[in-house]
Amino acid sequence: MKKNLVIIGNGMAPGRMLEHLFDADPDAYDVTIFNAEPRVNYNRLMLSPVLSGEKTYEDIITHDDAWYQEHGVTLHKNARVSQIDRTAKRVTSENGITLSYDTLVIATGSNPFVIPLPGHDFEGVLVYRDFDDVEQMLDAAKAGGRAVVIGGGLLGLEAAAGLRKQGMEVSVLHLMPTLMERQLDQAAGYLLEKAITDRNIDVITKANTHKILGENGKVTGVQLDDGSIIDATIVVMAVGIRPNTQLASDSGIACNRGIVVDDQMQTSDMDIYALGECVEHDGQCYGLVAPLYDMGKVLAQNLLGASKEYKGSVTATKLKVTGIDLYSAGDFAEGDDREEIVLRDAQAGVYKRIVLKDNKVIGAVLYGDTADGPWFFDLLKKGTDVSAMRDTLVFGQMFQGGAPLDPTAAVAALPDDAEICGCNGICKSQIVNTITDKGLSTLDEVRAHTKASASCGTCTGLVKQLLSLATGEEISTTTIQPICACSDLSNGDVRRLIKAKGLKTIPSVMQELEWKTSCGCPKCRPALNYYLVCDWPDEYADDYQSRYINERVHANIQKDGTYSVVPRMWGGMTSSNELRAIADVVDKFDIPAVKVTGGQRIDMLGIKKDDLPAVWADLGQAGFVSGQAYAKGLRTVKTCVGSDWCRFGTQDSTGLGIKLEKFMWGSWTPAKLKLAVSGCPRNCAEATCKDIGVICLSGGYEIHFAGAAGLDIKGTQVLGMVQTEEDVMEHVVALAQMYREQGHYLERIYKWADRIGLDEIRSQIMDQADKRKTYYDNFVFSQKFAQVDPWSERVSGKDKHEFNPLATLDLREAAE
Amino acid sequence: MSALLQREHVEEWVSIGSINEIPLRGARCIKNGDMTIALFRTAENKIYAIEDKCPHKNGPLSQGIVHDGCVTCPLHNWVISLESGLTQGADKGQTLAFPTKLIGNEILISLSAKNG
Ligand code: SRM
Ligand SMILES: Cc1cc2nc3c(=O)[nH]c(=O)nc-3n(C[C@H](O)[C@H](O)[C@H](O)COP(=O)(O)OP(=O)(O)OC[C@H]3O[C@@H](n4cnc5c(N)ncnc54)[C@H](O)[C@@H]3O)c2cc1C
Ligand code: SF4
Ligand code: FES
Repeated sequence: MKKNLVIIGNGMAPGRMLEHLFDADPDAYDVTIFNAEPRVNYNRLMLSPVLSGEKTYEDIITHDDAWYQEHGVTLHKNARVSQIDRTAKRVTSENGITLSYDTLVIATGSNPFVIPLPGHDFEGVLVYRDFDDVEQMLDAAKAGGRAVVIGGGLLGLEAAAGLRKQGMEVSVLHLMPTLMERQLDQAAGYLLEKAITDRNIDVITKANTHKILGENGKVTGVQLDDGSIIDATIVVMAVGIRPNTQLASDSGIACNRGIVVDDQMQTSDMDIYALGECVEHDGQCYGLVAPLYDMGKVLAQNLLGASKEYKGSVTATKLKVTGIDLYSAGDFAEGDDREEIVLRDAQAGVYKRIVLKDNKVIGAVLYGDTADGPWFFDLLKKGTDVSAMRDTLVFGQMFQGGAPLDPTAAVAALPDDAEICGCNGICKSQIVNTITDKGLSTLDEVRAHTKASASCGTCTGLVKQLLSLATGEEISTTTIQPICACSDLSNGDVRRLIKAKGLKTIPSVMQELEWKTSCGCPKCRPALNYYLVCDWPDEYADDYQSRYINERVHANIQKDGTYSVVPRMWGGMTSSNELRAIADVVDKFDIPAVKVTGGQRIDMLGIKKDDLPAVWADLGQAGFVSGQAYAKGLRTVKTCVGSDWCRFGTQDSTGLGIKLEKFMWGSWTPAKLKLAVSGCPRNCAEATCKDIGVICLSGGYEIHFAGAAGLDIKGTQVLGMVQTEEDVMEHVVALAQMYREQGHYLERIYKWADRIGLDEIRSQIMDQADKRKTYYDNFVFSQKFAQVDPWSERVSGKDKHEFNPLATLDLREAAE
Repeated sequence: MSALLQREHVEEWVSIGSINEIPLRGARCIKNGDMTIALFRTAENKIYAIEDKCPHKNGPLSQGIVHDGCVTCPLHNWVISLESGLTQGADKGQTLAFPTKLIGNEILISLSAKNG
């Protein structure tokens, strides 16, 4: 019989502990978890990016439902344990589940401290601890108004920055004269305050809250001791945390400030362990994850019969507000036995403070330039005697023993056991060894295999440098590839930030995302233009100067500067009238070449630019619209003759192809999008090498995707089977929209699918009806603005300047 | 120095239109006999004139994307300085560049090339 391990609380500490446990012995215990929160395990550190809109809840899940299933763990969600019966060795939850344990682990985390001010129980007075709190804040932000954040520490500032990004007015009230006074001296506190107020957040220091005001049980404002009143629709208290010991102390387990544990993580009851923020070890309670992970490692081994010892941790942390770099580690209180080294560079907004005791680093605060954080932290943890480098210590690692020019040199010089990822306690050699042993080449792989950089992400730069050291490759090409030389952000980051920050013009993207060039380049401008067209179809005004020439003049430029014109022939069908109109146009404009394209339609080549509007006018008369043969958008939908004519045809492939083309023409996509519909598996329309293909079968339609037959030859993958033409439309359109929303510019559907994963795409489009519907609706909405024939627009005079010379001069000598 | 003065002397300015007729970060052409000259308006509202002919394979530079004082050729992405007509980066070549000036909104061009 396996023993029963019951865990109370499903936070970050037990989550990590279980990973260690299952790594070592997956079958030792039957594990049951009670979680007061109605959800799986997620990365609490990343709540701030969720609040600011830079990440979603899905992005920060650590263990999804499948993980619990895979490891045979029973997770009771929304089940707060209300009682521990230590004699019977049983726990009972508020929702009535009773369960016996052989071994119990308490991991109830902490409670945010609520100052018992008059009015603290009004609706709209929130704390900042879990996802429910974030949801409440996001809800409140929708209504707008002002948020008052009480507390100017790490958590309070992260909450303030997030709420501001969500469009609320924000005031931060801080009791002390400067922000984060524990870590920063006055001057540095001022730098921080300025960075915060630059984000249009009011900071009121020396603010003692007198009471919270409200009407009908709802908060309306805050009154300070000096009598002043600040209106507020929500008040967020971020003034500290208290270990959550109630349940343990009610059950008679020894508690001080936290639940008392020994070095084995054992409580006063032999069968009960505790870990995480709820514990007190050696007189210390912790409020950061790194120590909790250390505890988790020790406890996992002890649960398997070892007797490992936890010896306490020193901690380091970073403020996670995009654009503000602040790092602090260790102990920075002043004292007679301590010395300080301070470096200030007001111009560059840099502040560094190193606290020494007996010639050893015991604390470090870095503001503005935090690159040396891990190096100082390493000196601190090792207790290295720094007398020899005292004079240059504050300048950082680069200045010790000559100045290496190459930024990776500093990382190369770090000792093997230097901690790189503080959240997960991963040191340099672990990362380097995993990279070489497993032949890793991308950041994502390193994250997957080592967890380094997978929590708060602030060590990503270092991990990338290690990766490039270990593989000898320029990592920017294999990991985060910036959109272009104008920015360090990847296409994915840019897309996310455009949404998160509600950026709706190219200049605002460049401003907000700190572009390095004044107006971008031919790589980023068309990409940004596409992202904005896709994300804000109704609001964004297309920037023609950011389109490549073909998309700007709606024809394909040829080697001699003339153009080719390809009208749509829906599904490859044409008629004598259409052909006659084409013939007339060819004669009238003396068009030198006419060709049947590989896309089942006709190309007229060698047209002079000035003639284009007139050519289009004539074609338009005959009912032609642009074939968009030039577009990163829907190109052709090839069809075969299908059941109308073919003796093997099972369905009306021609009709379905035409329907798709008429529905989807005009849409812009990350790269070109080509479709085909074949009437039977003989596949005469070559549907299995298209971006999206449909094979008709007698019992329905098989939808394919992610094929190509250009630079790469790729057979398609099957998305799934559907029954009716309507189903085909819905699934194909939803798939195209998912690609539109996620694809990087110039990334064809097969490359996007490689990146996202075929299964993920199948699951969203085939299995999740609500997601499919949303994608479908988004596409339909955007088509309202996209389905305008660019040729007829230009025939009516749009962009006239494109097609006429500005001036024609008399013949003059050009060169001397 | 003296050559420069001399050139200054023979420069003859021709008015060709208003800056408002060229889109921001865009271009328009002027025809001068067989030659087409491309006029560019940069993000900073500076006006440049170069022959509409890429030193690579004669691509029409007026059709390219304008960025940072340069234009990227629409055919094979060579980058050409609007000021000097010189190709940037590894590619070697030069296009004729013509002096321009703005008086109010009026664009004037001199048809004796700076680098002719
Ligand atoms: C006209 C046409 C050739 C023909 O005479 O048949 C053609 C012509 C061009 N193709 Fe194509 N492709 C044509 C069908 C194809 C096909 C066949 C098809 O669609 O069934 C393919 C392979 C299928 C595929 O896309 O997977 C094809 C794969 C490419 C590629 C490689 C794309 C890739 O991702 O690997 C390029 C290069 C690119 O887009 O960067 C390309 C690029 C081009 C460009 C746009 C090159 C350029 O930038 O100037 C050519 C424009 C000529 C013009 O002015 O019309 N063309 N091209 C065909 C127009 C189809 C249409 O009616 O719209
Ligand atoms: C917004 C925010 C940002 C942060 N940023 C950082 C950072 O950058 N770096 C850093 O190191 N740390 C950061 N922290 C702190 C870090 O998240 C915590 O140290 C860590 O999550 C604590 O883990 P835990 O498992 O002890 O507790 P928790 O993760 O708090 O989990 C405790 C869980 O137990 C549940 N629970 C409580 N009582 C019961 C009960 N009776 N029955 C059942 N379930 C119960 C709770 O609902 C909760 O889900 C941040 C915290 C917050 C809130
Ligand atoms: S294959 Fe396509 S890109 Fe190549 S020459 Fe032919 S038309 Fe042009
Ligand atoms: S013609 Fe200009 S780059 Fe080739």
